[in-house]
Amino acid sequence: MTLSSDDVLKVARLSRLKVTPEELTRFANQLGQILDYVHQLEEIDTAGIEPMAHAGELLNIFREDVPGNSLSRPDALANAPKSDGTYFLVPQILEGT
Amino acid sequence: MSIAFQSATQLLQDLQNRRLSSVELLQSCLDQIDRAEPQVGAFLGVDREGALRQAKEVDQRRHAGEKLGSLAGLPVAIKDNLCVKGWKTTCASRMLADFAPPYNAHVIERLRSADAILLGRTNLDEFAMGSSCENSAFQKTRNPWQLAAVPGGSSGGSAAAVSAGMVPLSLGSDTGGSIRQPASFCGIVGVKPTYGRISRYGLIAFASSLDQVGPFARTVPDAALLLETLAGHDPRDSTSVNMPVPSWSQQLDRPLDSLKIGVVPEHFGAGVDDEVAQTVTRAVELYRMLGASVQEISLPHARYGVAAYYIIAPSEASSNLARFDGVHYGHRAAEFENLVDLYETSRAEGFGDEVKRRIMIGAYALSSGYYDAYYLKALKVRRLIANDFQQAFRDVDLVLTPTSPTPAYPLGTQLADPLKMYLDDMYTVPANLAGIPGLSLPCGFSAGGLPIGLQLLAPAFEEDRLFRAAHMYEQATDWHQRHP
Repeated sequence: MTLSSDDVLKVARLSRLKVTPEELTRFANQLGQILDYVHQLEEIDTAGIEPMAHAGELLNIFREDVPGNSLSRPDALANAPKSDGTYFLVPQILEGT
Repeated sequence: MSIAFQSATQLLQDLQNRRLSSVELLQSCLDQIDRAEPQVGAFLGVDREGALRQAKEVDQRRHAGEKLGSLAGLPVAIKDNLCVKGWKTTCASRMLADFAPPYNAHVIERLRSADAILLGRTNLDEFAMGSSCENSAFQKTRNPWQLAAVPGGSSGGSAAAVSAGMVPLSLGSDTGGSIRQPASFCGIVGVKPTYGRISRYGLIAFASSLDQVGPFARTVPDAALLLETLAGHDPRDSTSVNMPVPSWSQQLDRPLDSLKIGVVPEHFGAGVDDEVAQTVTRAVELYRMLGASVQEISLPHARYGVAAYYIIAPSEASSNLARFDGVHYGHRAAEFENLVDLYETSRAEGFGDEVKRRIMIGAYALSSGYYDAYYLKALKVRRLIANDFQQAFRDVDLVLTPTSPTPAYPLGTQLADPLKMYLDDMYTVPANLAGIPGLSLPCGFSAGGLPIGLQLLAPAFEEDRLFRAAHMYEQATDWHQRHP
């Protein structure tokens, strides 16, 4: 199974990754090989098998709902690529404001 | 033996008996770093000043007769995907090149309260995705035994640093073999604990249902000592289990009566390097001579482990790595047209090819119309793989396999073919899928002088059995006393 460039473009958009035309070709090839390989799972009869999402399979863990310490604002903003000291700054999202 | 290659257990005794000061031990590590690091490239950063400050403090407190922690004065290196406050934590990615974590990982708190000396950050495949350390955005790490060979991965820097005598202990993380395989390639001991033994708080997530932190060491007692320091419940990670942590290092000499070891015949056949098969077969024979009984078992679904893993792990990664958006922390593109373009360009610039491949595979497997065929199918196969182990452990105490189908290979030889590199994980991946503990220890060398490792697997929470069986082998051999 070979993935088309359009398939890769679609999945790159879902992944929020900008890809160059050269990357589209290369990734289409490599991702196609990987998907070909994983198709062998189809050989296995999994009728009636419960999916196993987690190794621990713990039940819900609850704790008391009490306020605790959290990151201070300066700590939370310290790694921000752009901030004004109070908020994270992003480009304008809404038009006409 | 130079103290650079001494076991942590011996060094700890020397420190306690004051035959050695922590500053002297640190200096020996730094000297060895000066000698070996220019060739090996295991570290992304060495905190010489911070380590010296900690070492002096431990020496002073020891001198004053204070009670000290279980690793007091021992230098430890940290895989650079564990948050250390005051350092950078980069995941060997351009995305996090300047990230300074605002808090310590749980395991770092544990090391600090044990009075260990935090020496530096070690190299890895970007975001722990890879098996050769070549996917690091910053540098290549080389195998201390043969500089033309890879150290394995993803925790290659942590394995190489211990192997080259630059530090007695280090931390790695293992999602599909990332501790056991580099331990095998570098001729040291590496442990992936049971899922839930160690808190993942502050471990930068790759695949949350598979990731576990674990130790690298030169000997089995050293690995047991480090694991018992790291393990234990942490309410900040709801998957960390609230179970007592045994003193594994104190119980190593307790005999394992009528130990039953299971081997899978296919593990010694097609797809495995001849020298690896022969060397691991000799290890099986040695166990037999030591009184263990060996029986053939079947893990019929294990051969689908890699296929299931390379759907499940990328699916979780595509979700976990969505947080890198160029807004809250991490790389942000200098030029962009709008918010979506900011995301897409920042991520395209920040991530390397292997990370992009896995994010896209995951997004594909989870996308509408494909979810049942890929992700759900893989989760069902995961259940079958876990059931196989449960069945096997009714008959045997441990399963013994090669850790990796080959010894370390030359740098650059597998980069062009991602799928081939994935297949190297065939013996290690099933333990992550099933959540059971695994340990790799050295069991010989190839004709070319590269280490070969054997893997022991035990039922969940039976690390005790792993350590005692591994120690039994280690005491009967001298592989662990060799060094590059």
